[in-house]
This record gives sequence, structure tokens and C-alpha cells, in this order.
Amino acid sequence: MIRNACTKWRILLQSVTVILLLHPLTAGAAQEAATGGGGRPWWFWPLILFVFCFVLGIIAVLAGVGGGVLYVPLVSGFFPFHIDFVRGAGLMVALAGALAAGPGLLRRNLASLRLALPVALIASVCSIFGAMLGLYLSRLNPDIVQTCLGAAIVGIAVLLLVSKNTEKPVVTKQDALGLALGIRGAYLDEATRERVDWKTHRTLLGLVLFVFIGLLAGMFGLGAGWANIPVLNLVMGVPLKISVATSKFLLSITDTSAAWIYMNKGCVIPLMAIPSILGLMFGSFVGVRLLSIAKPKFIRYMVILVLFFAGFKAMDKGLGLGIMG
Amino acid sequence: MKEPIQSDLKPMPEQLAYANVLFVGAWLGIFLMIITYFLYLGGVLAPHVDLGLVTANWNKGVDEYLAVTQSPHGWGWVKFLSKGDFLNFVGMVLLAVLTIICYLFLIVGYQKRRDRIYMIIAALEVLVLASAASGLLGTGGH
Repeated sequence: MIRNACTKWRILLQSVTVILLLHPLTAGAAQEAATGGGGRPWWFWPLILFVFCFVLGIIAVLAGVGGGVLYVPLVSGFFPFHIDFVRGAGLMVALAGALAAGPGLLRRNLASLRLALPVALIASVCSIFGAMLGLYLSRLNPDIVQTCLGAAIVGIAVLLLVSKNTEKPVVTKQDALGLALGIRGAYLDEATRERVDWKTHRTLLGLVLFVFIGLLAGMFGLGAGWANIPVLNLVMGVPLKISVATSKFLLSITDTSAAWIYMNKGCVIPLMAIPSILGLMFGSFVGVRLLSIAKPKFIRYMVILVLFFAGFKAMDKGLGLGIMG
Repeated sequence: MKEPIQSDLKPMPEQLAYANVLFVGAWLGIFLMIITYFLYLGGVLAPHVDLGLVTANWNKGVDEYLAVTQSPHGWGWVKFLSKGDFLNFVGMVLLAVLTIICYLFLIVGYQKRRDRIYMIIAALEVLVLASAASGLLGTGGH
């Protein structure tokens, strides 16, 4: 009986996911909304946005991606909001999620401050420049940002498809920079009750890559978990558990700097930003509970598919080709 | 299998202080956002920009939107705290200012440990975030 109920839940969840992502109600609504409100009452948009983000929050958890990376391309593609406001709200969404997760990760010592602090400094400076560059390009021509966003989303989809993280990378010798900064640590593996010591290698390369991650995060308001984790894990040799936790904690710092730029510029409209933040947050709580019955692998591949679709749609819109409607 | 050595598996006290402040601040911010949003939508406090005007113009670029709705940028929203829409910024600003506050605990912690490099990194981060928050970077008028 329990198995039956689980199967029904899983089918329902997957159906809702497919319907929402591939043919959302909002898509149709947004198509007709050539002008801001689309002739609908004001309450329609916060309500539909809350529901949309709630489901997005569930999917994000199940697919193992951050909310921001799904939010920006999908909301900018299917809702009538200008890309400036979507990026502003996207950063607030990613920031709120990271702040809420931060305390638990710090208390359990999974987020490493020794690793996060130097990386965060570089990424947050660069995300400020990214935000300023994104807003400048948007003022010149929003289609430039839309096209670049599309290209970035397709790149992220490829990255999610090909990157194979390593649970405990082998680092034989720590490099000089990692050693000088003392970037190392230890954690207790709950499953094996074994102490795992870790240290970094290729630290300089990792830090350089965070220049680009910061720029992209600020420019498109995406959050950056999709890039943080592979760089920490695959390039710098940090165990996956520490990489995931430190990445989430990092978002609370890098997104803060970019969020301030967007907020001060006036790119955060409470009417749309708050239902997005709350929807994604509540959705992610439900997502965590559904993890045990869902098939994350299926959802992950579907999300990658949707990211390809959203990326190509953004490029199509930015380049004015009109191929994808 | 090595025996776990508890001392370096535990977070330093300032990290726990960071976590505690973050926990209280983040949930307070989210709670404030919920309350102020309902005050806004419920019409308890009249908005500066009419809801219909917001939805009619949120497809325009930020400069045009601010001009049409006569909305402020930077910290100008503080003057409009009695308005339902701008009151919502209290919760969001709390979320955005939390990291700066938490970093102050780290500066103290690293100073106590005489970890000069990390103290400087933490101080620089506060400077970077405070500069972004100041409104002086890239927020030229419209």
C-alpha cells in the first residue's frame, strides 16, 4: 500500500514537473502578455508566480541544482517581466535559500570557512562587476543580455550533463597557495564514522575560475552552485560533501554583493520578488521530503533538457529569430 | 580507520556565532517579508505605486520603470517606509545585510587567533559588501 502511494506520488510529481516545465500555464499566459499585465488582474501574477516557484523549488531540490539557475531562464522566458527585474529577483531567491541553509552547514562544520573566505572575496568582487556589466549591457540593448543568458544556460546544461563529481578526490600534495592559506580540514563521514582529512590542490587555478563564476553570477543573477561545486570538487580536490556545503554557503556571500547592486539600481519589485522567494523556499522544503520517493536521476535529466530548451529560447528571443515562438 | 579527533572536527566559536546570527536574521527577514507583503497586498498600507501601474510596466527596463512609476533608487526607499510597497524592502534589506554583520564576528575571531591573513580577508569582504550596499557602485540615476 505504501509502495502504491509512493508510486502514485512519484507519477504525480513527474507529471506536474513535465507539465509545468515543458508547457506551463504561465507560458501561454505570458505569450499573450505582450504588455506588462496582459489584461489580467494584478493578483494573477503573484499567485501564478508563487505556484510556479513552489514547484520549481521542489524540482530544484530533486534535481540537485540551485533555484536561481532555473528561475532566471524560465521566468524570463515565460513571464512578462523585464530581464532586469527577473535577475534582481533571481539573486534574492538564491540569497534567501543560501541564508536559510547556512546555519545548519556552519554548525555541522560542513561549510569550510578556510575554503570559503578567500573564494568568496574574489567571487563577490567579480559579481559586483558582473552585475554592473549586466545592467550596462541591458541599458544598451536587453537582447544582448538575453542572448548571453541563453548561451550561459546552454553551457550550464552541458556542464550538468558531463560533469561527474568525485566523492573523495585524491590530493597527494597540497600546492603552495593552499598551504599558505591553510585551506584544509577534516569532517566525520556519518555513513562510515570515519574521519576524512582533506586539502586542496590547483588552488590558484580554482581561484581564477571564481573570477568568471562571480562575473556570470552577477551578470545574470543566476546564483552559482552549478559552477562552484565542479570547481571546488574537480579542480581543487575538495570532497563532494564539503564542496556542496561550502558552495551553498558561498552563495550567501557572493549573491549578497550582486543583490545589493540590483536592489540599489531599483531592479527588485516586491510584488514579484517576494512570491518568488517564498514559493521557492517552501517548494524546497517539500522537495527535501519528497527526495526519498522521487527519482532524482530522471528529474535531473529532465531539468537539463528544460535548461537546453530555456537556453535556446533565450537565445532565440535575444537574436530575434522567432524560431521558437 | 583513524580515530576521530573531536577538536578539529568542531567549528570555532565564532563560526557558531555566525550560524546563530544567520539563523535568527534569515528567519526574521523571511517572516518580515511575509508580514509586510500581506500588509501591502491587503491594502492596509497604501502603496506608493499602484498595483496596476506595477503590472503594466514591469515589462519595461528598470530606468523606464523607475521614471514611469516615480520610484526611487539606491536607499531612496527609506523615505517611503510608510508606503505598503516600499515597506517590503525591510525584510529584503535585512537578508542582504546579514552577511556583513556575521563577518564582523569572524574578524573578531581571527584577530583573537592572530590569524592575520584571514582577518584581512574578512575585513576586505566587509568593505566590498559595504561598498555594494552603499549604493555608490553602478547605481547612477535614471
